[in-house]
Amino acid sequence: MGGVLGRIVGYVYAVDGVSFDVYAGKTMGLVGESGCGKTTVGRCVLRLIEPTAGRILFDGVNLIDLKEEEMRKLRRQMQIVFQDPYASLNPRWLIKDIVGEPLVVNNVVSSKAEMEERALKLLTKVGLSADHLNRFPHEFSGGQRQRIGIARALALNPRFLVLDEPTSSLDVSVQAQTLNILKDLQSELALTYLFISHNLSVIKHMSDTIGVMYLGRIVEIGSKDELFREPIHPYTKALLSAIPIPDPEKKKERMILGGDVPSPANPPKGCRFSPRCPNANERCNEQPEMTEVTKGHFVACYTAQ
Amino acid sequence: MSQTLLTVQNLKTYFYTYAGIVKALDGIDFEIRKGETVGLVGETGCGKSVTSLAIMRLVPDPPGRIVDGIINFKGEDLLKKSEEEMRKIRGSRIAMVFQDPMTFINPVISIGDQIGEVIELHQDLASESLRLEIEELKLKLNGLDKDSDEARRIKSELDRREKVKGSPPKISRRRAKEVVLKRTIDVLKLVRMPYPEKVVKQYPHELSGGMRQRAMIAMALSCNPDLLIADEATTSLDVTIQAQILNLLNDLKKTLGSSILIITHDLGIVAEMCDRVIVMYAGAIVEEASTRELFKNPLHPYTVGLLNAIPKLDEDVSKLEIIPGAVPNLIYPPSGCRFHPRCKFGMIMCKGERPPMIEVNPGHKVACYVYGLR
Repeated sequence: MGGVLGRIVGYVYAVDGVSFDVYAGKTMGLVGESGCGKTTVGRCVLRLIEPTAGRILFDGVNLIDLKEEEMRKLRRQMQIVFQDPYASLNPRWLIKDIVGEPLVVNNVVSSKAEMEERALKLLTKVGLSADHLNRFPHEFSGGQRQRIGIARALALNPRFLVLDEPTSSLDVSVQAQTLNILKDLQSELALTYLFISHNLSVIKHMSDTIGVMYLGRIVEIGSKDELFREPIHPYTKALLSAIPIPDPEKKKERMILGGDVPSPANPPKGCRFSPRCPNANERCNEQPEMTEVTKGHFVACYTAQ
Repeated sequence: MSQTLLTVQNLKTYFYTYAGIVKALDGIDFEIRKGETVGLVGETGCGKSVTSLAIMRLVPDPPGRIVDGIINFKGEDLLKKSEEEMRKIRGSRIAMVFQDPMTFINPVISIGDQIGEVIELHQDLASESLRLEIEELKLKLNGLDKDSDEARRIKSELDRREKVKGSPPKISRRRAKEVVLKRTIDVLKLVRMPYPEKVVKQYPHELSGGMRQRAMIAMALSCNPDLLIADEATTSLDVTIQAQILNLLNDLKKTLGSSILIITHDLGIVAEMCDRVIVMYAGAIVEEASTRELFKNPLHPYTVGLLNAIPKLDEDVSKLEIIPGAVPNLIYPPSGCRFHPRCKFGMIMCKGERPPMIEVNPGHKVACYVYGLR
């Protein structure tokens, strides 16, 4: 957003009017393709990116109203696990220091020994051990590094975790291990998750409620069962139909979307999906509102109603 | 039984590093028949990409080296060919589409020039030029009255050209450029690139991921290769764009008749695209079967584990079944069957010699002692 001379050359409407609720102890899944804004939402929720407008209510408190100091205190309760296990760990720090850092920064521990002890407890929770404390990130595989990232996120006993594509760069079998660990931790520690992914199968496996995003907006939101049984929005349907199914017997009616995802810097007027939508008509020049179609199942689409 | 296009026998590729010798491929055997689409599936480090590089003789040397094996392509051993001879094969007889289009396309050359380069290098432009002229003349002739003077003139032009088809006359630089451009646009239309005349002048950064991948596929298909290798060609694309590209490849399969080797970790893609599947683990092939057979009746414990580890849309499980442990270090791989440390059946003989591939059902082979010794 700076351009070469530091002037504002335009706006990227990364997230343009997104609303959803995340229930305690449950997992809210946000799914969409690149450029839909899901990662930005994840970061905005923790105010890692400053939202331009809107409210973020955490336990009834609007995070946007909080001052720097108050926000920092509250941040202990909300943490994030990033997508890239190779970029999110400082390559020059030992694992014990990486995992212990939040404890030190927040003055929760009074000595190095205490930090190490707590770090070890955290590593054990994610299936690693004492041997791993004094090693460097490069000595670990992608899956192990992701577990270290999870351990670090749990250091301050948070209540809420944003998981931004936590398994997207992992192999299938490693992904399965990681997802199982996340589920175990959720029930053990009563965690609330905001799970962001482009992979619908993973989202379905992990989430209770799912929001489908397209170009900065949520187009459909509903319980996991509802959404997969009765998808309403044409984009949701296209997304579901696009997933290659690991079963050659299941031939399905493919809904192939034409064109490419437009740029969030220059979104189409009205319903943002209309240029690619097979059902689009004139009404779609007006941005459709989210309407409750069945209990808890909301869709922003004219032709689906 | 269709003809065999490619046979790989006992291929071994090692990488000589400071840490030790990485046995990336430790004796693999498989074949690809004409017109077939074969999937090569496995996770990180299994050796699938190294296999495709070995076939193309693109394994970086050092640190890599093909230490043993035969790669028989259309009756000749590629491993015995000179670099000069390989260059004639790469891009024209065997073509490759890579994973990340942004990394593998030259960012400072226009799409048109990049595709054009392949065509110029491998096609006989003089023949192509003659063929185009003949086509154009035939088209003109269609609309005319057969007895008119115009028609007679065109007919004699046509005859003249038909006569020299066997040894076409040399063409000028300008004509060569025209021919290349026409062929480039044709191949872009083949891959359903929107606005191909505009795209030829554009640079890779001006195209979206899906379009860049189409451009790479166009480059690969421009010389009608016998074998197209797609190495994780859709991994970096969004799922709806991936669906478009897979759809395109499926359609092209029918019209072009090339064999395709699809390298991927995504079993869903394999189910959709491939006639036959080869499963690799830690540098060895563990199972091979027709797609239908593999999914219906997976035999090797690793294949079973892999299929179970995928969260499926039509199933609801609270915990995914995992394969305990991790992929082995290929410098010090486990003795015998490389999967045995993670295998629930691990028997004493599995630590001894590597199990040979045995045919359990027609066309279904597996390398596992659970299924017998022979």
